[in-house]
Parts: sequence; structure tokens; C-alpha cells
Amino acid sequence: MQKFNKHSGIVAPLDRPNVDTDAIIPKQFLKSIKRSGFGPNAFDDWRYLDEGGPDIDNASRRPNPDFVLNQQPFDKATILLARENFGCGSSREHAVWALDDFGFRAVIAPSFADIFFNNSFKNGLLPIALQASVVDDLFKRVSDNNGLELTIDLAAQTVSCGDELIASFEIDEFRKHCMLNGLDDIALTLQHADEIKAYEANRKQSAPWLF
Amino acid sequence: MSNRKTLYDKLWDDHVVRTEEDGTALLYIDRHLVHEVTSPQAFEGLRMAGREPWRTGSIVAVPDHNVPTTDRSEGITDPVAKLQVETLDNNCKEFGLTEFDMSDQRQGIVHVIGPEQGATLPGMTVVCGDSHTSTHGAFGALAFGIGTSEVEHVLATQCLMQNKSLNMLVSVDGQVHPGVTAKDIVLAIIGEIGTAGGTGYAIEFGGDAIRALSMEGRMTVCNMAIEAGARAGMVAVDQTTIDYVKGRPYSPTGDNMEKAEAYWSTLHSDDNAKFDKLVHIDAAEIKPQVTWGTSPEMVVDIDSSVPDPEAVSDKVKADGMRKALAYMGLEAGMPISDIAVDKVFIGSCTNSRIEDLREAAAIAHGRQVSDHVKLAMVVPGSGLVKKQAEEEGLDKIFIDAGFEWREPGCSMCLAMNADRLEPGERCASTSNRNFEGRQGQGGRTHLVSPAMAAAAAINGHFTNINELS
Ligand code: SF4
Repeated sequence: MQKFNKHSGIVAPLDRPNVDTDAIIPKQFLKSIKRSGFGPNAFDDWRYLDEGGPDIDNASRRPNPDFVLNQQPFDKATILLARENFGCGSSREHAVWALDDFGFRAVIAPSFADIFFNNSFKNGLLPIALQASVVDDLFKRVSDNNGLELTIDLAAQTVSCGDELIASFEIDEFRKHCMLNGLDDIALTLQHADEIKAYEANRKQSAPWLF
Repeated sequence: MSNRKTLYDKLWDDHVVRTEEDGTALLYIDRHLVHEVTSPQAFEGLRMAGREPWRTGSIVAVPDHNVPTTDRSEGITDPVAKLQVETLDNNCKEFGLTEFDMSDQRQGIVHVIGPEQGATLPGMTVVCGDSHTSTHGAFGALAFGIGTSEVEHVLATQCLMQNKSLNMLVSVDGQVHPGVTAKDIVLAIIGEIGTAGGTGYAIEFGGDAIRALSMEGRMTVCNMAIEAGARAGMVAVDQTTIDYVKGRPYSPTGDNMEKAEAYWSTLHSDDNAKFDKLVHIDAAEIKPQVTWGTSPEMVVDIDSSVPDPEAVSDKVKADGMRKALAYMGLEAGMPISDIAVDKVFIGSCTNSRIEDLREAAAIAHGRQVSDHVKLAMVVPGSGLVKKQAEEEGLDKIFIDAGFEWREPGCSMCLAMNADRLEPGERCASTSNRNFEGRQGQGGRTHLVSPAMAAAAAINGHFTNINELS
């Protein structure tokens, strides 16, 4: 997994609540058996005026000029700003892969759907939940200053703009540790293989029908 | 008393292998269901790390999202979809996993076949790389959807790192009126608490109206817990649960069954167990529901009208409503029963079980699909549901009425195969998501119960089924 320590980048405003994972990466792209290459089709239905598919060359399609990620400087954004319940719907991790592949390192929203939230951490994409009023203020700042850059410091758990601290955010210690160090959590879990085996042996006694 | 536990507490405690200092727990997984869309990258990761599945016996795999619902003798024509299904077949062969492949009569939607086979049992932890895994909570199991990295984690370790959710009880008290189904109950719940209302919670559904539901109905309710933002939904075990489970291929037998039943009978929340949030819903107030927007919480009674964003003071919410109305091509104030549909889809892991098909067939019986409806299709949840429906003559009722009778799979629930809406087409659908483009780019989805979908097919517009039955 990609390490995440400190990151500064341009913020793209996606002013919608309930952005679902179907919207982040539509189903026709889920047929891929790979983990990469989803970036050009992130937000596909909103991003292009004509229909896309796994075998359609995106270069031949008409981008939707009204969609924020097609506008400069947001096409270079690395931080996505959105409204509540971001990432709701399907469990598809392809949504996180698509955001990551587009170049996003963090998403800021008042709240996230649980599965998306989990999936993000597994891929080094940092989901930051901030109070709705702070998010609202960030939307205003971006609209006053297209190209606004924020700095996210995971170790300090802060979001700032230049020297100004915007907010601190919460994160579980364990997740923070994994993300700061880019740890493979399967290897971490396998360090406890003996405990897993002991649990299994116990459970075989008490609930043999499960095995 | 502090040792009184909720059902969720009990299921959680029984599966904790170890707990970190910050409360993160390593949770043991009893059943791992696998389908073709979210697993290829997980198997690839496993291979690249030189790892093996921890317990192959815990896994049941099935292709469902990409499979054609028409004649299968030719195989899958779309080469990309074909490769994905073959990749699942090959992974299952390589690692020695049980798979119900496309030619197997037991094939079907992963959330239909798990319970059907008895692979989902009370007291289990059940996971699948699919958000609607919450369905299996209907059995008094802790069941939730996971992403592909977590699929790989479970394959490799049989465990997941989890943080415990809060406890919510949604109690649906009293009795529903005739014509009101499990789907209407859950849509009404989502309308009440919102699509993010359950975020961070595990929801237990209780109350007389839930107890009165069959297992099929309970699965419909738990299926949509995720649409209320809750990763897991569950219903306490009772005689209905045990009667359903008995005698299925994967269910315990003999002494084991006796032992299991004794354990299962403890799988309910203790009296006065503490819930972090309580929601009460009066069953008698619930009417047949229809969604009008692009989120399942945008739902109203069949007898009401499309709501008006101007009447909503919350700016973000009103904006969302305006976007939804524009996408759906609807005007505020329009009666729901005036909305005409182009297509009708009866199927999906929410509503494709035998009881759902019976409900729809009861409405379709002796009637004809409206000339204004371009396509009305029924897609059974599994090969075995299809077989049973055919034994009961339901296929004939549907076909005589002008419905298409298809092979099992996810189909137009997410339109990964050839079944989809064209831009601007409007669909009465028994599935669970009305997101933009869910059933095909530009398609407009209205979520309803199977009986309501059948009624929309017959009349060509939404209709209170009580006017038909
Ligand atoms: S039927 Fe629909 S919701 Fe259910 S598993 Fe298939 S695609 Fe997902």
C-alpha cells in the first residue's frame, strides 16, 4: 500500500450529497479483472457526454465541459471535496481504485459510507470526515479561489491552508499506523496465525457444524 | 444490567479472535461467499504474495452479475464479461473451491443461493464482496459486505480487522395492512431514517410486523439495511428461522442439529439490552411505497405526489431533490399514480425468491401487460427458484400475461449484462438502488415491491395494488 504522510494539493469541489460508488465508477468498467486503469473512467456518466465502455477509446469521446473535473485547474486536483454520505451504495473497491488512479490522495466530506471508508484505507486514499459547517466553508473558499491548495498532515491529523489551520480530524490509531507506514494488513494479521488457529480449535468443539 | 447483550453484541463477541488496544478487533469469518466481479483482483493478490486460502471449506462461489438471462447454450457473448466469469471458474479450480457455475442448476444470485443451500446459518459471520451481504442477517447472522482488499484478507487469514458498530433497533410495531409487503416496510424505514441514518450502526429489525414475516420477507428487509447506510442488518432467530434452515444441503443434521438449535435459540437481544438508537415505526401507517428520486430515501406512498423541493428549507437537500427531479424527468406535485413506465423488472437479490414471484404472479394472473410497456421481465433469483416456480405454474401465468421469463442472475438490477434501460426509459423495479444510471445510462428507476411492479406492468403506470387484487 502507498504510504500517506503529508500531502498538499488542489481541491476539486463536487457539490453533491450521497455520491454513490455507481457514479464514481459505473458498472460496465467492473468487468475488468485488473486493479488499475480506472482513472480515465472515474465519474464516467458525469464526465463524458456520450456513453463509454471498457472497449471504447476515451480519447474519441466528448468531455462534459460542465463537469468540475474537466475544468482547469481541477483536472489536476488531488483532494476531492464533497457533501455527506460520500461513497454510499455498492461495495466495489473499483471506486477507490478509480479515484486513486485519477490522482486523488484524499477525500474530504462531512460523512462517508462505511464500506467505502474501509476500502479507502486499504489503498492509501485518505477519507477525512469534517463537520458539515467546515466543509461548507471549504466549498466557499474554493469557489472564491479556484486552485485553492490544502495541506493534509496525517501524523498531526490536521488540514490546513497555507499557515492557517482549518481543522483537525479523527482517525483510528491502527489505521493511521498502517497508512503512515504503508503496511500490508494481511501480513500483520498473519502474525496472529496461532491465535486464529486456537480460536478455530475452540470453535470446532462448541460449534462443530460450522466446519 | 450491564451483561445484557443485543443480538449484535452476542454475534460479535462469539467471533472475536483478538482485540487491539484501540478496540479494533480481529473477527473470525465462518462463511465467505464469492462472485466474479469483486474477486479476481483478490485471487491475483493472493497468488502474487504466494499465499493459499486459509479454509477452502468456508467458501461458496457463484457467477451472477455478468451472466446472461437468455439462452445460455451459446455461453457469454461479451468477451470482457466472459473473461471475468472464466477467471472465477479458473480460480475456483486452482484453489479447490466449491462453485456453482453457469451450467449448474443451483447457480443464482449469491444472496439467494447462500440461504437456499443452508450455507447461511444462524450465528455465523458471513461476508461477501458485495454490499447486499446484509441480506443474510435475516438468519440471526452477522453478515456484511466487504471490498476486494478485504476479500483477499479473508481468503488469506479467515479473519477481518473490524471496529464494532453501534447498536440500533428498528422496531416495526403492530400489523401491516393487506398488500403491504416486506419491501414496503423497508422502503418506509429508509424514508424515515434516511440513506445515511444507519451509518456506523448495525441494525436489528424487530417488532410484531418483522416477526410476522417469512424468511423471504426478512431477507428483503435486511437486504436493504445497506440502503439505510448500515453495513449489517439482522433479525433474531425464532421458529420461522429454524424451520427454513432445516433439511437444506449445508445445514447440520442429527446431534449437530440439536446442538445447533440449542445455540441458535439464544440468538436474540436480551430483554432490556441497551441500544444506542431506537426507531419505532407503526406498521399500520405503512402503505405501498414507490421511490421518485435517485436515492432510496426519496420514497413516498403510492397515494401521494412527487414532493416539492421548494417546500424544503435545507439547501443541500433541496438541491439534491431538484437534481433528482431533473434526472427522473418528473414535476413536483404530480400524482405518483400518473407516472407511466416503459419497462418492468421483477428480480434482484431483494425480490427474486419464490414468495416474491408468487406475489407478482397473483397480480399478473389472468391479466395482460399494458401495450405501453415495452418490456416486462421476471428473473428468478436462482435455478432452484426458477424450477420451483415452474412446478407451481408461475412461469405460465407470467408468460400468458406477456412477461418474459428468464434465466437467473442479477440482470437489470445493475445492467452489467445485456438487460438494461435505454437513456430516458422509466422502470418499475423490484431491485434496491435507484441511483443515476444504475439500470443503464440515463435510465430512470422506481423501486417498488413485486406486487406493485406487476401492477405497474398491467396498468402501464403505478397503481395501488389494492385496486387490483
Ligand atoms: S441483484 Fe443487484 S444488488 Fe443484488 S447482488 Fe446482484 S447486482 Fe448486487
